Amino acid sequence: MEWFVFVAGAIICLAGAIGVVTSENPVHSALSLVGTLFGIAVLFIAQDAEFLAAVQIIVYAGAIVVLFLFVIMLLGVDSSEDIRVEPLSGQRTWAGVAGVLLAGGLVCVVWFGQTTGARSTAARNDPNLPNVTQIGRLIFTDYLWAFEITSVLLVIAVVGAVTLARHRHEALVDEPPADEIPAPAEEVAS
Amino acid sequence: MILAAAPGPEWYLTLSALLFAIGTVGVLIRRNPLVMFMCVELMLNAVNLTFVTLARQLDDLGGQVAVFFVLVVAAAEVVVGLGIIVSIFRRRQGATADDLSLLKG
Repeated sequence: MEWFVFVAGAIICLAGAIGVVTSENPVHSALSLVGTLFGIAVLFIAQDAEFLAAVQIIVYAGAIVVLFLFVIMLLGVDSSEDIRVEPLSGQRTWAGVAGVLLAGGLVCVVWFGQTTGARSTAARNDPNLPNVTQIGRLIFTDYLWAFEITSVLLVIAVVGAVTLARHRHEALVDEPPADEIPAPAEEVAS
Repeated sequence: MILAAAPGPEWYLTLSALLFAIGTVGVLIRRNPLVMFMCVELMLNAVNLTFVTLARQLDDLGGQVAVFFVLVVAAAEVVVGLGIIVSIFRRRQGATADDLSLLKG
């Protein structure tokens, strides 16, 4: 049964990943990315990580990919990248060689290496407790400092994004404030 | 080769290695900044799968907590990265990664 889940999830993941890389249209890439993220969530559930599977769907498929699609729609879907031309001769070939070497090396490490390191005693998985309970307990005890730092990181990211996306042109100041980010065509005209 | 009743951690790690390699190739060959960004997300997800697999193999929930923090950092990274891409695209229409050579000496 777990084999079936694994093979289905792996096929979804790999097909989505190849779709991300080979789609000419960025929208198709983003939709393929949803497939990969969903497959990863399935594999999380198969490995007893229910909380992370839910967060994966909500944060990645729900928020991040929507943000990607929003930016694609905002900037226009016309892909200026012609996937058939290769501006740097040999780039595809060498990228493929590098990818095959990377994959081969990693797979060799996985199959011929051994996992070292002692088993943990502090964060040992207790099969009698639910996954969410244990992760919540860990986050608010052992990892509390990292968790608090995370909130600082999010505030910094929000401030940074607002600063980056704000436009400072005086010519556009008299626009209605609801239209924070103007269409690209107006921007060029200024 | 006789297959066990359930796929061992090697199979999950192999899958995440393949996903990571596909993401790397995508970053190398694509020139649309948005698609390159999506390939970076692919690589992040491959590493997350590795974390969860080893967390199960070592019976240690610390790996799952690490994935939680990776998710948070990835969300922050996407927000800032897309902000940068939007501000670049507003200055020049239809830029690919090849056109962005402003910092080249």
